[in-house]
This record gives sequence, structure tokens and C-alpha cells, in this order.
Amino acid sequence: MSIEIQDVHKAFGSLEVVKGVTMTVEKGEVVSIIGGSGSGKSTLLMCINGLEPINSGRILVDGTDVHGRGTDLNKLRRKIGIVFQQWNAFPHLTVLENVMLAPRKVLGKSKAEAEAIAVEKLARVGLSEKIAVYPSKLSGGQQQRMAIARALAMSPDYMLFDEVTSALDPQLVGEVLDTMRLLSSEGMTMIVVTHEIAFAREVSNRVAFFHKGRIHEIGPPAQVIGNPREPETIDFLKSVL
Amino acid sequence: MNYTFHWLPAFRALPDMLWGALVTLEIAVLSMVLGVFFAVLLAVGASSKYRVFRAAAVSWVELARNTPALFQIYMAYFGLGSLGIHLDSFVALLAGITFNNAGYLAETFRGGLRAVPQTQLRAARSLGMGQIQAFRLVMMPQMFRIVFYPLTNQMVWAILMTSLGVIVGLNDDLTGVTQEYNVRSFRTFEYFALAAVIYYLLAKFVTVSARLMAWRLFRY
Repeated sequence: MSIEIQDVHKAFGSLEVVKGVTMTVEKGEVVSIIGGSGSGKSTLLMCINGLEPINSGRILVDGTDVHGRGTDLNKLRRKIGIVFQQWNAFPHLTVLENVMLAPRKVLGKSKAEAEAIAVEKLARVGLSEKIAVYPSKLSGGQQQRMAIARALAMSPDYMLFDEVTSALDPQLVGEVLDTMRLLSSEGMTMIVVTHEIAFAREVSNRVAFFHKGRIHEIGPPAQVIGNPREPETIDFLKSVL
Repeated sequence: MNYTFHWLPAFRALPDMLWGALVTLEIAVLSMVLGVFFAVLLAVGASSKYRVFRAAAVSWVELARNTPALFQIYMAYFGLGSLGIHLDSFVALLAGITFNNAGYLAETFRGGLRAVPQTQLRAARSLGMGQIQAFRLVMMPQMFRIVFYPLTNQMVWAILMTSLGVIVGLNDDLTGVTQEYNVRSFRTFEYFALAAVIYYLLAKFVTVSARLMAWRLFRY
């Protein structure tokens, strides 16, 4: 059980943003990806659940080739939850309905089952009091926590986080990170693209430093963040810490 | 001014005119239902990868929006008539207004669809929804809110456009009935003033009920 990324290249037109990335994320692991903007880290995340096609290489999720012909992406995505930088709440549905939608329509659960799942997941992210309101009544941090609950409602095996705190006001970052800490403490497999270096250091088993579409350094946080070897990593950490 | 108003004959005609108003409403509603149907096809066709569909959709929209509605109805009746296709007045009027509605609504729908962020589609797909499911459950409801008021406006417009049926010989809608009475007595002012009030009330009825519906539907 793992996500295996093998020599993946990805270009938008003539601009290559991922230039041969290879890494494996084992079940139960938390891997953070850090690096400057435009380094290709978010793009790689989109490739992992097939939201973006790739140009070459392979991504295997539990042995299934994500970009292979005949792969049922809709089915594969059930086990890969993703949370975006822009939280993407469905504005026309209440918080509860947002979380219930996919279990009902994708997994075919009954209304009562879906509601039970949603209530439970919303409680876990601390939104029990907000289930009946529409997302427009929530703060950014609350919307982001709802987005996490919405992804969790599909009982995914893997969770991808794409700079989930970057669009939040500073005072709202903590509550979202707390939710992610909770998940990692429960053993959720997570790939976290983030600018929160302290957080990456605290929760990750491994940290990967991306630079210009390549992994320059990967290893335990104490090594990559605490004692970086590559000059690019050192420069980057200097600029963000 | 030595015109003496005679309202009594106009009020005697009121029941007939109200029946006419029902026909008016019937045409307007049908033209909207058909108009929405064709507008969806046009909106999809305009972004088709096949040139033929694109050209057809664009021509329809361009003609419907940039030529008089009266000409569109005229063409459906006399234009097609001279080509040997004879529609009766009701059908010709319905076709003309549908053509017009579809042209305007296609643009409304296209704008509505563009106004819903693509990231919504992405979020829906990431939860395992198929393309069609994501459209139906996430994109369409949001789009519906955006197009709701333009849709209402078009409905009002459709009601008012039905009065053009008189030029293709329709005599049982509100304008048709009014005109029949008018040519018999020449109480033009009275009959048409009364008809205008009925049109006004119909239009108001549509906008007010739309507002109530919006209040019920769009809680967010």
C-alpha cells in the first residue's frame, strides 16, 4: 500500500514544471513537500489523483496506474482525498450537505448513513455547531476545515493537502493545522504541500524540498530542515524562516 | 378634446380578453420551455469542436439577438409560407418567439456557466464524481441561480412579444381578442388600455412570483 511516483514529467505547453520526480510514500507516512512557488509541488499533487495528466513517467496508487488507460479515475479518487488552497466549498449546499454529497451520490449511501458520516467528520474538525449554515457564513478557516471533513467523508486511504493554509488569514492558520495534526496522529497517510515549515518539521516523517521541478533533498525533517546539505535548500529555508 | 370615453363595452369584453390572456400565457410558457431547451443546445453547440455546430449556433444567436422579433415571427409565417411550409398562426408565433428566446438565453447560459469557477468542477471531480454528475450536482445549481433573473426577464419579454401574433393573424390571444373588438367598435383607447392593464398584471405576476421563488430557492 503506497503511492509510487516514478520519474514523472509534467509540462503546461512548452513550460515543464515537473522534471522527473521519483518518490514513494508508504501507507501511514506523512510526507511534506516544501519549496518556492512555481517549483512544481502543487502540480505534482494534482497529478497524483489524476486531476492533471502527465507527460511521462508513472504514478501508482496501491499498484494502480493513475494515468493508465482503462483506469477508473472516479473510483480511484475515492481513496485519495484532496484539500485545495482555495477551499472550494459548494456554496449552494449547507455545511452538512457539502459533506454528505459525495457519500450519497458517489458511494450510494442512504441519506441517514451519509448524514451520520457527515456529522461525525464535522465533529472531528470542530464544526458541529455549524452544520446547518451555508459556507458563506463561515470564516476561511472554518471553510477549510469543512473541506477536510468533506474529503474525509469518503474514508480515503490517502490525503493530499495543497497549501491549505496559504489563503487564510494568519490567525486562522492554527485551527486548520490542528485538524491536520489530529489526522496525522491517527495514522492518516498524508502528502502535505506547505509553506508552514515549523508544521512540516513537527508532523512529517519525511520532508521533500522541491526546486525547479525536481526533488533536491528528501529525508527526515531533522535532516532536511534541521541540517540541510544542498545550497538551494539552505537558501530557501533562510528566505522563509 | 371631444372624445367621450365609453368604458362599459370594454368591460363587457373583459371575460373574452381574460381567456385571451390565458392563450398569451400559454404561448409564453411554451416558448420559454422550448427556448430553454434550444438555448442549452446552442450554448453547448457554440463551444463544440465541430465547426458546423459552432457556425449554426453562432448564426442562430446572432440573428435572434440582432434582428427585430417581429421579422422573426414574420419569417416563420410568411417566409416559410413562401417556401411552401405553412404553419398556422399559433405555431408560427410560437416558433418565432422560441427562436428569439433561445438566442438570448443561450448567451445567458454561456455567461452563467462561465461565472461558476472551474475549481468547483475540480473539487467535485476530486470527490469521485463523474463529469456529468459533477455538472448536475455542483455546476448546474450554481448556474441556475445566476441565470434565474435573466430567465425571468425573458419570460416577461416573451409575454409581451406574443402581442406580435396579431400580424400573422392570431386572433385568440389577448391582443388578438382586443383587436377583434376594436375593429367592430373602434373604441381603440378603451380596449387597448384595458388590455395593457392585463399585460401589466401578467408581467408583474411573473416578476413577483419569481422573487418569491428566489427567496425560497436561494437561501445561500
